Amino acid sequence: MAEEYRFIGKATPRKDGAEIVTGTAQFLDDIRLPGMLYAKVLRSPHAHALIKRVDKAKAEKLPGVKAVLTWEDVPDWKGGTPNATRVLDRKVRFVGDAVALVAATSERIAAEALRLIDVEYEVLPAVFDVEEALEPGAPQLYEEFPGNVVPPGAPYFGPNCLKEIVMGDVEKGFNEADVVTEGTFRYENTPNPMPPEPPGAIARWEEPNRITLWVTDQVTYRHKIYLGRVIGKEIEVRTFGNFCGSSYGSKGMSWQLQLHAALLSRATGRPVKLIFTKEEHLAAFTLRPGSRMRAKVGMTRDGTVTAVAGTWLIDTGYYSRSTQAQVAVGCGEAQIAVRCRNWNLKPTIVCTNRSVSGIVRGFGGQELKCCLIPLLSLAMQEAGVDPFEFFKKNYVKPGDGYYWRNGTWYVYRGVDYSKAMDKGAEQFRWKEKWRGWLKPTRVSGSKRTGVGVGVHGNADIGESASEAYVRLDPDGTAKLYSCLIEHGTGLPSNMVKMVAEVLQLPMDRISLIASDSLISPYEFGPAGSRGIFAIGSAVIAAAEDARRKLLDLAVPLLGTEPDHLETEDGVIFVKDHPEKRIPWEVATGPDRTCMGFGRYEADFTFANCMMSFVEVEVDMETGKTELLRVVNATDVGQVIDPPGLEGQLNGCLGSAGIDSALFEETIRDRLTGHMLNANMIDYKWRTFAELPSIENVILETPFQTHRFHAIGVGEVATAPGPTAVLMAVSNAIGVWLHSYPVTPEKILEALGKVPTGVRKGGAA
Amino acid sequence: MITRGKKSGAADSPERRRINLTVNGQLYQLDTGKELDRVDPADTLARTLRETLGLVGTKVSCDSGACGCCTVLMEGKAILSCMTLTVECDGKSITTIEGLSDPVTRRLDPLQQAFVDHTAFQCGFCTPGIIMSAKALLQENPSPTEEEVKEGLSGNFCRCISHYQVVNAVMAASGKVR
Repeated sequence: MAEEYRFIGKATPRKDGAEIVTGTAQFLDDIRLPGMLYAKVLRSPHAHALIKRVDKAKAEKLPGVKAVLTWEDVPDWKGGTPNATRVLDRKVRFVGDAVALVAATSERIAAEALRLIDVEYEVLPAVFDVEEALEPGAPQLYEEFPGNVVPPGAPYFGPNCLKEIVMGDVEKGFNEADVVTEGTFRYENTPNPMPPEPPGAIARWEEPNRITLWVTDQVTYRHKIYLGRVIGKEIEVRTFGNFCGSSYGSKGMSWQLQLHAALLSRATGRPVKLIFTKEEHLAAFTLRPGSRMRAKVGMTRDGTVTAVAGTWLIDTGYYSRSTQAQVAVGCGEAQIAVRCRNWNLKPTIVCTNRSVSGIVRGFGGQELKCCLIPLLSLAMQEAGVDPFEFFKKNYVKPGDGYYWRNGTWYVYRGVDYSKAMDKGAEQFRWKEKWRGWLKPTRVSGSKRTGVGVGVHGNADIGESASEAYVRLDPDGTAKLYSCLIEHGTGLPSNMVKMVAEVLQLPMDRISLIASDSLISPYEFGPAGSRGIFAIGSAVIAAAEDARRKLLDLAVPLLGTEPDHLETEDGVIFVKDHPEKRIPWEVATGPDRTCMGFGRYEADFTFANCMMSFVEVEVDMETGKTELLRVVNATDVGQVIDPPGLEGQLNGCLGSAGIDSALFEETIRDRLTGHMLNANMIDYKWRTFAELPSIENVILETPFQTHRFHAIGVGEVATAPGPTAVLMAVSNAIGVWLHSYPVTPEKILEALGKVPTGVRKGGAA
Repeated sequence: MITRGKKSGAADSPERRRINLTVNGQLYQLDTGKELDRVDPADTLARTLRETLGLVGTKVSCDSGACGCCTVLMEGKAILSCMTLTVECDGKSITTIEGLSDPVTRRLDPLQQAFVDHTAFQCGFCTPGIIMSAKALLQENPSPTEEEVKEGLSGNFCRCISHYQVVNAVMAASGKVR
């Protein structure tokens, strides 16, 4: 049973609610700086080409144009992991790659100037498929990456970064198995997280060596650090966060466009705004990685996994910024969900001539599971194992362990999620609806319903470092200094709520100081559901430190020890003699503030968990699938804000989550590499009129994390659903479907109602 | 040039037309032309609101009529401001998200308050458009069913999935809207 708090766990209005509903919340594109110019990017029509010649004279002469930059005009700055992708290059590697940059007095003039730039290309052969990219003689994207293989390992995760899952003896494991299944599985529809606000940046170059950058993303401070790696430490970068029209991780991939704006600002001496159009957002920005697994699993009849062995190919598009990190986290997450002693799973990251894949909610694990779980399902079918019972049995339990991203073995010390899973199954009525593998739950005319279940969780809820200051002012108010911004999760309000609880001070007396890397201390930022535990721990520590300093000041005035003092609503009093009380101002005097500092260090011994049950209805005549119902089950230790958590869990549908199994996909022309649905009509998304029922089962079993015993869960909400949908549709129609998304034509194909292979030239 | 105030009687040539636009009760007289401070005949209403009048509460996401982020009211009806040319709006009355709260007391419209009370947003980027669509719906149909609310908002994109809380907020506000 959770503790009773004054603020924690109560539904409180978001601190920024009034700004959001009145349109005064300031997003990136709402900012206007004096003298600001507008940037546009000329993009490659070829998937792979060398730039032979660029004639920009006509564009430069257009009135209003202030700068036109090509690869010849910019420093040799390179980003990516490892650094191999130039900020503007002589070579273009996907349809939409940047060729030239224009800054002009208006967007329209900048766009007009693009048409006046004449480019001569030497077109090169391109490669769009991971296995073709690995073949000898395949077109090579980078000299640095022979065979198109991107070197493994994310430097940030240390020298032993998890690059594969290898442990035990897989041969022995297969020998112990009752059933062995194998096959190739793909999650290669590369859906787009597609936040409503497009990517962008505003940059102001100040001579001789300073860049001020307004970013739209949740990791304000980290952009500064990453740009430092690309451009060198002699250039000082200051980053400002703004309201972020969400990111779902994707805008963490903004270094290139940020530097495009910065270089144009350097060239013009004026601030420059670069905002992507929706077409650019869809065709030239972050997608989910492509995932293809060729593997074999062994299982006993009691649902014990005895061995997993195979290869995992990850298509990162034209470069990798974070894919090694996603492989590391995905490999860790596989062990959290599937207890097995014998592994030999070997990932390879491959670059291909398409737009980049990278950071998206579900970070590597969703991509891995979308292949691994269908494979495990074949074994479960053969062994006669119920998938719900399988997940419950195999999900990490206290005392179990896993290799996490830095290659270290951690022993899990969180709660047993079996209880939350049971509650979810009960709410969904799993036992009643589950009829066995490839069996529909109900048949009614041409309509059949089927059910499926998926699970996901990660140990990144305690990842990386966070720092915060909390300042107490004599007037009984507090300020939280942190490089946080609101990007949809309600985290800034939740952090204020934690400060409120520590200080027993109403939330409206606490403000969050603007996300500014020059003023606030280091913050890795919200990622991997780390907000509540990791960021929360730093914020709590800062508030406690400030409170301690405040009470110390009151000791001589109230004549007792600090332990005997309490503060509430800006007043300090003696616990046993509440009539002995003084306002903060008396303790501090009018000219003193109390500044507390808090720091959090990574701890990977906790993991969150989300189980999603889905029920679908398939029309056997038309092949159309309707998602009828979703039940999510989790345990968060302690709810911080009920409506905020509800919203995060409902997010399972969007941002390339459950719907990436139903209808979301990036469709490319296989010959040219052009994206064919780079607009919000042809790229399908769920509307208000098509909402399934969602029920969220949320348990509160205290975790030994911080004083509020809570963990975060938002980031993983998208990840369990896609495999559950595939399972449910397969059960409904009685035939295995192993292709995302389950479009009507694929279903009709599986049912033998249309000839196979009708779809030529579709998704690569 | 932008001038505020009463309509002038100046005769307009086709190149130098003057557009009278009332936004949130304020009359703006906008001259057309290619110069930066004029309204280009190709300017959308979304662009004029944001770039010329500085009313940046109206958001642009897809800029091609698919997502509903730019929804405003024209004569009380919801329209997509990214698909409407400003030169077509002469003599029209527009309400944007900035015009919903009380102009003097800044008190929130009951619909806005319901969104705050129900945390009917996550990132909030699509919220102004959703609120304007809901406002138009409630003006036409003050007591809609849940299904009617969903149908009425089906042109509004939200990627964080705040739909459920939005429907609750609109249902709570229905009947209370001015």
